[in-house]
Amino acid sequence: MLEIKGLEVKLEEEDKQILKGVDLTIEPGTVHAIMGPNGSGKSTLSYVLSGKDGYEVTGGSATLDGEDLLDMDPEERAALGLFLAFQYPVEIPGVGNMTFLRTAVNAQRKARGEEELSAADFLKEVREKAKSLKIDAEMLKRPVNVGFSGGEKKRNEILQMAMLEPKMCILDETDSGLDVDAMKLVADGVNALRSEGRSFLVITHYQRLLDHIKPDIVHIMANGRIIKSGGPELALEVENNGYADILSEVA
Amino acid sequence: MALAQLKIDTTAARLADVDVPQGAASWGNAARADALARVRQMGLPTKRDEYWKYTDPASLTAADAPEAAVFKSDETPLFDAVDRVKIVFVDGVFDADASDDLQAEGLEIERLSDAMATDIHWAKDIYGVLEARGQKPVERPLATLNTALATDGVVIRVTGKAVKPVNFIYLHNDPSSDAILHNVVKVEAGAEMTLLETGPAAARFSKLLEVDVADGGKFNHVRAQGRDHERRAVTHCFARIGAESTFKSFTLTFNGVLTRNECVLEIVGDDAVAHVAGVCVGDGKDFHHDDTVFITHDALNGESRQVFKKVLRNGATGVFQGKILVKEGAQKTDGYQISQSLLLDDDSQFLAKPELEIYADDVACSHGSTSGAIDETALFYLRSRGVPHDEARNLLTLSFLAEALAEIEDEALADDLRDRLEGWLARHR
Ligand SMILES: Nc1ncnc2c1ncn2[C@@H]1O[C@H](COP(=O)(O)OP(=O)(O)OP(=O)(O)O)[C@@H](O)[C@H]1O
Ligand SMILES: [Mg+2]
Repeated sequence: MLEIKGLEVKLEEEDKQILKGVDLTIEPGTVHAIMGPNGSGKSTLSYVLSGKDGYEVTGGSATLDGEDLLDMDPEERAALGLFLAFQYPVEIPGVGNMTFLRTAVNAQRKARGEEELSAADFLKEVREKAKSLKIDAEMLKRPVNVGFSGGEKKRNEILQMAMLEPKMCILDETDSGLDVDAMKLVADGVNALRSEGRSFLVITHYQRLLDHIKPDIVHIMANGRIIKSGGPELALEVENNGYADILSEVA
Repeated sequence: MALAQLKIDTTAARLADVDVPQGAASWGNAARADALARVRQMGLPTKRDEYWKYTDPASLTAADAPEAAVFKSDETPLFDAVDRVKIVFVDGVFDADASDDLQAEGLEIERLSDAMATDIHWAKDIYGVLEARGQKPVERPLATLNTALATDGVVIRVTGKAVKPVNFIYLHNDPSSDAILHNVVKVEAGAEMTLLETGPAAARFSKLLEVDVADGGKFNHVRAQGRDHERRAVTHCFARIGAESTFKSFTLTFNGVLTRNECVLEIVGDDAVAHVAGVCVGDGKDFHHDDTVFITHDALNGESRQVFKKVLRNGATGVFQGKILVKEGAQKTDGYQISQSLLLDDDSQFLAKPELEIYADDVACSHGSTSGAIDETALFYLRSRGVPHDEARNLLTLSFLAEALAEIEDEALADDLRDRLEGWLARHR
């Protein structure tokens, strides 16, 4: 599904190398987790994959189902099935959450040559999905993320993911700022979407989320590289001992 | 040359070959003569006037109007779906055949020339009178020139709750037309009306509207100035707003090489509401749009709002001069003013002069003015969800305009204007 080879990325504005050769292959239907110290490049990887400005790819490649992601506009990547749940979801005053969702769903359908969702079908689907994430109707009417609490913003990201039904979902610290119950809701939302054709890349600092969303493979990222990969037990090791052992092990 | 001399010369040149309209009763003649004397005394504005610092009035004061190509569009005319009384002017001349009968429930409508030919007429107390009141503390000689020279227009007395809106439709057919129209509206106590205005009117258009809203009256105004690119316009609205009455005005402007819209509102009765709002969108160096607003609070518990939003691209210029004056004793005034521009590139510019002058101690007034680019973070967020770049940009642009569009009371009208803005944005990508 997602194949990243030797990806090197620097900031466009300054001479700062952030990703220094990332290799990562995600098979369809699998859940991968990335952990790693602050500033190691996890969010940068997710931004570069989704096409944010400000980064320059200096080497390597990234493909989704064989198609070169790095050459595409962000909207093309989305239409191809890539989704990023932002570490810091963006507030958009003046654009209603419903309008936003419907515009996004229909834009992707249009890009894929599918028919637009009727207003009634759309409404029905949003209501159902919002309900299971405990997002109330009033929140759907408000402008995108404006005045939402941290946890509400994260749940709203998962709602967007549920509506867009992407095949490659990247979740950047979706657990941060969530209370215990909300974390369960979000995990249930993610688990409900798990399927053979859909993969997840879950970026997190904590084992707790991974208790709910069981990863197949856990990667440790440090200083712009994936330095170690293993099974779910790797996350437990980090939880118990921090990164010091792993870092010195590979040094 | 000294500014005073320059203004005298400008005025003399403008008036050299002008015929003052004839055929009025004595009050009409007197109003025109008085205005002519006043304009001679004030002198027409030049770029060196403080009040015209951001907008060069030269083409508005020149003896001859610069030509303007007639813009043809196959778009459905605005307000076509509205059940209204149509009053059509072609290049500034009333067209009886194209207009509806000048009658409707709750309204007395007459052509200005008929009203002026009548010895005793209610319009006498408003025509040129509200304009003259609005000359202090800032002179507006182009308005006075309009009072002196207006050749056509309509006067409306609102006697009850008007069922249908009145729609002034200003068609532009002649590339060298120079139109001067003067309209008067008197809203009697407790009466209500909606006035719609559409169209560019002429190559050069001077338009003045005087509105007297008596106690408990309601005047609702929505206007769109057409889509012609080369036309020029200077418009004035002078309103006197009585106790517990409401005045609301919204203007949408597409294109236009030069537009100066002045709105001068005076709240004279307690508990009155005055809102004035506008959206303009301009593309290119030849777009210059100026909103100049002056709201005076001279009564208790008045509420005023000024909400102006501009979308500027490819070197377009937007101007906002807005003032809230709260007179001594106008306690509990609630005044709000916001003027913002969305600059879609580095070449466009927004020049703003927001002012507050307050002589009462128990008031709440706020004003803000900003200009900025599209929020790149929001743009990326939308695109990452699959919304194409241009569509995302337009969505953010419309959201930027939302606060101004929300000032339009009638939601169907607001939706229509929003759709047309969307169309403009789609054409100017
Ligand atoms: N636009 C930018 N401008 C300047 N520095 C940047 C920018 N983007 C990323 N960086 C830097 O690149 C490094 C990696 O940042 P990134 O956000 O990818 O880390 P992260 O692994 O997601 O960290 P965290 O766990 O704290 O979220 C950091 O040192 C960060 O300061
Ligand atoms: Mg991060």
